This record gives sequence, C-alpha cells and structure tokens, in this order.
Amino acid sequence: MIFDIEVKISLKEGMLNPEATQIERSLDLLGYEVKDAKTVEIIQFTMEEDSEDKVNEDVVDMCERLLCNPVIHDYEITVKAQ
Amino acid sequence: MKIGVIRFPGTNCDRDVAQAIALAGATPEYIWWNEENLTDFDGIVIPGGFSYGDYLRAGAMASITPVIDGIKVLVKEEKPVLGICNGAQILGEIGLVPGIFITNENPKFNCEWVDLKVSSTRTPFTKAFKKGQKVEIPIAHAEGRFYTENIDLMKDQDQIVLQFKDRNPNGSMEAITGVCDESGLVLAMMPHPERACEEILGSTDGLNFFKGFL
Repeated sequence: MIFDIEVKISLKEGMLNPEATQIERSLDLLGYEVKDAKTVEIIQFTMEEDSEDKVNEDVVDMCERLLCNPVIHDYEITVKAQ
Repeated sequence: MKIGVIRFPGTNCDRDVAQAIALAGATPEYIWWNEENLTDFDGIVIPGGFSYGDYLRAGAMASITPVIDGIKVLVKEEKPVLGICNGAQILGEIGLVPGIFITNENPKFNCEWVDLKVSSTRTPFTKAFKKGQKVEIPIAHAEGRFYTENIDLMKDQDQIVLQFKDRNPNGSMEAITGVCDESGLVLAMMPHPERACEEILGSTDGLNFFKGFL
C-alpha cells in the first residue's frame, strides 16, 4: 500500500520565533495589524508499506532523529492511504 | 599530534582551521564526512560553514553522518573535540553538548568582532586563559542564539565556557556562546578562533584554543 505522509513542524509554545515577529512587523508596514503570527514547516513524502501502524512508527522515528529537534519543536503527523 | 578537520558539503572554514592548527604546532588532516574510522587522530575540529545548506536546521543533516559515529568513539577515548560555529551547531544537534544554537533574536547574519569572557578554564581549549579573562574573537552567524532547558544543571556541572561580555549580540540565554560536555573535552563555540590567530587579522586570542590540542 502507498501512503501519503505529511509532517508539520512548529516551534514549541512560548519559543521566540524571530521570523514570525518580522512577518508581523512587515505586514504592519503594509498597513495590516496582525498578532500571534506563527510559522510552520511542512514536509510531504510517500512510503510503500503493508501497515499504517508501521508507517506511523517510522515517521515518529524520523521526526525524533532528524526532521525535528525535540528541544524546540512540536510535530504533527498525518498519514493517508492512497 | 594529528588533528582531524571534518569536511561536509558546505563546510567553508576548513582551510582557515587547518592553518590555525598548524600555527599552534599540530598537524591538520582533512576528513570527509563518510569516514567512520578516526582512531588515528589525536583530536578533531568540526569547522564552520553551511553543511548541507543548513537544510532543516543548521547542523541537522551533518549530525547523522558516518563521521559523527567516529567522533563519538574518539570522545569515549577522551580525545578533545572542538566544534566552531556550524561545528557547534552540529555538536548541539548530536547532543554531545547541552542545548542548541537557533535563529538570532534579530534574525540577521551577524558578522563582527566581539568581546568574550572565558567562564570556565577546565576545557583543554580554554586552559591557557584565566577565568573571567576577556578575549577578542569574531562571530559570523545567523543561528547562534543559545537555548537550553537545563541551565541550572549546566551551571552545576561547570559547562558554560564562553559568554559574550557587556553586549549580547544574538539574544543567547545568559549571553552563552560556548558550552562543553560533562567531561570538558568537547567544546562547542559560535565565535571563530581561527579568524583570530595572527596579528595581521587583528587578534591572536584564538590561537590558545588550538594550542589546547597539544
């Protein structure tokens, strides 16, 4: 079975996000007043595997070992069979 | 005294570091990222640059390469390891030193001379200094803001090695810009000592870091 996987990576709540702060400031230059800006990174890929459980297990492992740094990041995994 | 200089795709301070090692009186030798056996080496420098284009996070991709396994073996053998700038980010990603270096508070690439305070002299790289001594070494990074969840433990274990003096240019926690592992043999520092090893460069304060290998 082929699965579509999406990993959404965000900074943990309360972490300083200089990029988001600058987005707020720059939007202000355009005349928009926005608050609570956040940025997330989305990584998408496919995997061929027999079970969805195995895919989930592998993707959690990928997040912990490479895709995220658990010290500063939260992540959300979405797995859908094609 | 043979000191390995690690090269990843995107490393760009390797030749400056090799020059600094030679000036200090040791013999530098380049090591490519896929070399796993480093047992011939007496110490290692992971130089600065932009390994793997800083993709995902600075140092993330480099932290899972075969040469890192070789470095971990050397650390167990109590050989000294110095990570500079991107090398420091890599050591943070591996978890060989506490904490992580993330995007500066003001998210610009910050390249300037700074005054540092030597906060611990127990590492081989800082043993030639006096505790509290001021040293002048440049920084050059956009992701150098030190962050940790374990600041108290680091203090208890004397793991804060270098701090910005007077002015904190990147928003680092407690102005920290150099940290070591529990043993003190692994030092991760954002400033570039190899750029302060000759009078013509403006300072020779950096040379002592490399003499630490001798």
